[in-house]
Amino acid sequence: MASTAITAGAEPVFHLEEEHAHAEGGSTMLGFWLYLMSDCLIFAMLFAAFGVLGGNYAAGPAPKDLFDLGLVAVNTTMLLLSSITYGFAMLTMDKGRVGATQSWLAVTMLFGLAFLSIELYEFAHMIHEGATPQRSAFLSSFFTLVGTHGLHVTFGIVWMVTLMVQVARHGLIEANRRRLMCLSMFWHFLDVVWIGVFTFVYLMGTLR
Amino acid sequence: MPETLTKFIFGRLTLESLPLHEPIVVVTFIVVVLGGFAVLGAITYFKLWGYLWREWFTSVDHKKIGIMYMVLGLVMLLRGFSDAIMMRLQQAIAFNGSDGYLNAHHYDQIFTAHGVIMIFFVAMPFVTGLMNFVVPLQIGARDVSFPFLNNFSFWMTVGGAILVMASLFVGEFARTGWLAYPPLSGINYSPDVGVDYYIWALQVAGVGTTLSGINLICTIIKMRAPGMTMMRMPIFTWTSLCTNVLIVASFPVLTAVLTLLALDRYVGTNFFTNDFGGNPMMYVNLIWIWGHPEVYILILPLFGVFSEVTSTFSGKRLFGYTSMVYATVVITILSYLVWLHHFFTMGSGASVNSFFGITTMIISIPTGAKMFNWLFTMYRGRIRFELPMMWTVAFMLTFVVGGMTGVLLAVPPADFVLHNSLFLIAHFHNVIIGGVLFGLFAGIAYWWPKAFGFRLDPFWGKVSFWCWVLGFWFAFMPLYILGLMGVTRRMRVFDDPSLQIWFVIAAFGAALIACGIAAFLVQIFVSIRKRAELADVTGDPWDGRTLEWSTSSPPPAYNFAFTPVIRDNDAWFDMKRAGYRRPLTGFKPIHMPKNTGTGVILAIFSVALGFGLIWYMWWLAALSFVCLIATAIGHTFNYHRDFNIPAAEVAQTEEARTALLAAEGAKA
Repeated sequence: MASTAITAGAEPVFHLEEEHAHAEGGSTMLGFWLYLMSDCLIFAMLFAAFGVLGGNYAAGPAPKDLFDLGLVAVNTTMLLLSSITYGFAMLTMDKGRVGATQSWLAVTMLFGLAFLSIELYEFAHMIHEGATPQRSAFLSSFFTLVGTHGLHVTFGIVWMVTLMVQVARHGLIEANRRRLMCLSMFWHFLDVVWIGVFTFVYLMGTLR
Repeated sequence: MPETLTKFIFGRLTLESLPLHEPIVVVTFIVVVLGGFAVLGAITYFKLWGYLWREWFTSVDHKKIGIMYMVLGLVMLLRGFSDAIMMRLQQAIAFNGSDGYLNAHHYDQIFTAHGVIMIFFVAMPFVTGLMNFVVPLQIGARDVSFPFLNNFSFWMTVGGAILVMASLFVGEFARTGWLAYPPLSGINYSPDVGVDYYIWALQVAGVGTTLSGINLICTIIKMRAPGMTMMRMPIFTWTSLCTNVLIVASFPVLTAVLTLLALDRYVGTNFFTNDFGGNPMMYVNLIWIWGHPEVYILILPLFGVFSEVTSTFSGKRLFGYTSMVYATVVITILSYLVWLHHFFTMGSGASVNSFFGITTMIISIPTGAKMFNWLFTMYRGRIRFELPMMWTVAFMLTFVVGGMTGVLLAVPPADFVLHNSLFLIAHFHNVIIGGVLFGLFAGIAYWWPKAFGFRLDPFWGKVSFWCWVLGFWFAFMPLYILGLMGVTRRMRVFDDPSLQIWFVIAAFGAALIACGIAAFLVQIFVSIRKRAELADVTGDPWDGRTLEWSTSSPPPAYNFAFTPVIRDNDAWFDMKRAGYRRPLTGFKPIHMPKNTGTGVILAIFSVALGFGLIWYMWWLAALSFVCLIATAIGHTFNYHRDFNIPAAEVAQTEEARTALLAAEGAKA
């Protein structure tokens, strides 16, 4: 488009004759990336808060007393598997197979729900032991960081249900593919954040 | 059970929450209600609701949204300035045993509200409005990347403003200073609703600001007209890009830190408490990691305005375009490396303080480069001292002083003396009024004819200009002196009578500024009445240089009938020089986004959510949250968000302009 315009011989050309339509949703991927980066900053702040406050037990329980690494390993597996199955959903989407895409999304959602259930179980267990968010700055920052991630996963699941309904209604049209792509980035982003949580909060916390 | 029921329905909102014991607030309330009824009545009488709803509130047109942002900024300026003049009056009379006329409870709310409103609901809407209006026109685009999101962002900003305004009459506002440092802002020391109003107003508005930042970055990256490389972008677009990068990279920090404060207050966590391992200093660090970039968010676009204005009114290409771009980018990056200079006195140690002192001083280098670029642009130019240029010159003279006192404050030992003194107050008003506000007035005078098709009346503009500039110097130079004498900020009464004269002079300055604001309003009013006389049909009243001047004033909904093609920095100047002629035939249908009321509805639910959280009306909070999510999801089920403007309609619009231009040509 641009090349025709700029080198147009003697008479300079200052406008396009043909309508220069920006593709529908042409900025969506960039916009969504920017949103993810802004969200990443929120997590960065929560990690920073945990970094500062993570050792302030206020004579209360420490990570060693609370974390069950076996359970966290299972939990992490659930989330990582859900990322893989989302990847399969995207592969089948590229082939235009509606049914397979929907099935993989459902599997992804199940893994996501399993992850959330285990996390809620862990939280309930800790609170039952008296390790509440109010107990110490360490626990405040722990619950907030891990809980914010959990809220994101919850939101992702709501979003997934919405998209499954929309795919069921309209099929894998361009708009729906774009939306699935955005959710895909969101989902993998949460995976990356979780790897940070797993390493920084659980593993290093247990070593403290 | 009625008491439990009332408590369930109204939370902690009772009749005592209404500030009926504060006569000043009651009178204000009555005036606002009467004024409000007058406005609403007039809208109803003239049957304007439908028009406003269809053409403005639900509009996704970046120009209309930009104008609405400016209106919001102007309305909130009146509120923020009322707070300012009340403080100046209080400080001018509270001497010799007098308590002044404001009690401590009220006075503390006023200085907090003044800061919050001026930054978040005056400067931010003005700056965002200007960027919204101008950027798509300057890059030859039809709208922004995400037009619906743009409308939604605006209404979220309005939502935040509504919450702040509500705090005046229902309950109270924070008494903590504009950044609400804990532990003072914690639940133990501020158990009332003030800080909660602060938190939720900023959270609601913050969502809008972040999304609008993402939107404008995408617009600038993706929607530029063919031929407009990054280094051919107008300088205002460049500064807008940098500003929006700063917004996206800093507002999430504010969101996070306010969330943590809210958790401390609502859930009883211990992030910023004094006991159980909390760390209040972390709040100060985190909020300034947002807060310092924020001041550059405000000033950078105005640097862009001054660049456009200087170049246009000097009739010359901007001197040092490339250095201007790099200076802007360098300031963008450096603005993240200086936040600690806001609390040198916290005791981070000599090495840390030195690092942040030096980075702060380094910022003056790119800023100084800009100053010289403007001077060299004027050098040997044919300068026309129209209003925008007058504001620019006043800015250059005023801002330099503010910049130098800033460098002075960047020296940690000096800061230990001047920290939280009136010297600091004078410094940041010097850069914010002298930079941001003067720039906004330059920008408004410059782009007003583009937005409405007629110029602003120069006489009243000049009255406003001189009142503002002189008023600023009268109001803030005494504060420098008082600061050097050791007077601290946020004081309500004074013991030393020898200080009073300086406060009286400052109050006189504030009165002059009040005249400046009044003259500005008169200017708008007079200009609207004399719009036929001040009309500009060419669309290019200043002999402009950038693309926005190539289309009509006001521009049609689609901005440009044909997408422009660019081969030079000063694209429109280049087109004029090359003998460009408007195309008169061959119009095509134009693809445009549809209006939607979803943004308004989402913002209403957000305000209800905030209000419920502030007053512990949990049912309201839960209900509005569910409605918010449901509406947002419902909106995604609408796949038909655009339409085509038929070619015939485009042709009709363009022919009308051709006729106008011909009539103007015949007159000349």
